[in-house]
Amino acid sequence: MTMRKNTEKAWDALRELTDPELPFLTLNDLGVIRDIKIRQDNYIVTIAPTYIGCPALSVIEDRITSELKKVGIEASIEKSFSPPWSSDWISESGRKKMEEFGISPPLLKDRRSSGDAVSKKVKCPQCLSSETEKVSEFGSTACKSLYRCLDCKEPFDHFKCV
Amino acid sequence: MQKRMSDIVFEGLLRIADDNLILGHRTSEWCGHAPTLEEDLALPNIALDLIGHAQALYALACEVKTEYKNEDALAFLRLEHEYKNLLLVEQENGHFGNTVLRLFYFSTFMKYFWSSVKEQCCFEKLKNFSEKAVLETSYHSQYASQWVVTLGDGTEDSNKKMSDAVLKLEPFLGELFNNDDFTKECFQKKFLPEPLSLFDKWKAEVKLVFTKANLDLPYITLKKRGGRKGEHSEAFGYLLTDLQYMQRTFPNSSW
Repeated sequence: MTMRKNTEKAWDALRELTDPELPFLTLNDLGVIRDIKIRQDNYIVTIAPTYIGCPALSVIEDRITSELKKVGIEASIEKSFSPPWSSDWISESGRKKMEEFGISPPLLKDRRSSGDAVSKKVKCPQCLSSETEKVSEFGSTACKSLYRCLDCKEPFDHFKCV
Repeated sequence: MQKRMSDIVFEGLLRIADDNLILGHRTSEWCGHAPTLEEDLALPNIALDLIGHAQALYALACEVKTEYKNEDALAFLRLEHEYKNLLLVEQENGHFGNTVLRLFYFSTFMKYFWSSVKEQCCFEKLKNFSEKAVLETSYHSQYASQWVVTLGDGTEDSNKKMSDAVLKLEPFLGELFNNDDFTKECFQKKFLPEPLSLFDKWKAEVKLVFTKANLDLPYITLKKRGGRKGEHSEAFGYLLTDLQYMQRTFPNSSW
């Protein structure tokens, strides 16, 4: 019982913690923090990196440990690649915030694998047109690719679907 | 004499980590020099992925053998002959077409390598890692294959340059698929797949892309090798001076 109480305290402390590269999203929105447990009096926070080589990773780890320290919790971080982080883990509110920020959210798995070409289209976050084209597989960060809207002509980032 | 399992795991991890580190470094040399802004974003992003893979693998290697302090010690403080990467990845970049062709060869190989690790590997942590790595290497292979087709099936000039790149990289492909005593041992211990076992799948995919790109398939024999034993080409010395500069000049510096 106390153990559950304690991990809840840790979850609470991390609730508002944001991603260094996408500061309008919390790590919880992204689904990066997978688990918090107590093993022999030590707190273990398991995170699923969005990309193995994500340069923000060490900043994320530092933020988690220092945020927990503020509430008196000493924790160590474990990285987990199994199951691999998926863009489907991004919360509904996270997807909304992304759109508001001008980033087109990743397509969900059932839409990606559907045979229907229209539902596979990436929507422009500015004018919501589906007439868009990919400019580059890689955008400003590892997790995004670069698109262009053929209607409003604006370039935009699309969060990669993985 | 029978090697201990920890020695096998260490050496096996080192080979793959070194391949990724050195190709990552080569790829990073494009930063600020790529032909378009989009590619100037793409190549350093891929370099980050490759170096990230190397870092994670070095970290695992440090867990099994404690004589190296951390992944930086492995990446920056070894001598030339202690690096076990393929000759293929240390060669100079050449032009953009040459760079993306090498990336296509390597990432396609690694994609099948990691899927095989994912299917069968006795080292649980590497098996977990492979689930993520297979997705990222597939993405690299996909990106590079598009450029191989665009340039191969482009103008007469771009096709000629790509055909030259095929010939230039040809002598280094044999080493990529070379089974040696060590790879055999790794396979018997259910740790890593034997490189040659991935050849058919790799070749089928290269053939598919090369057909679209109007390129002739390379003729692969074991011509140049030595990287796995620490015998490197001249280009590697220059690469290492660049790569190791900060740690050699300011020992133990960190961010």
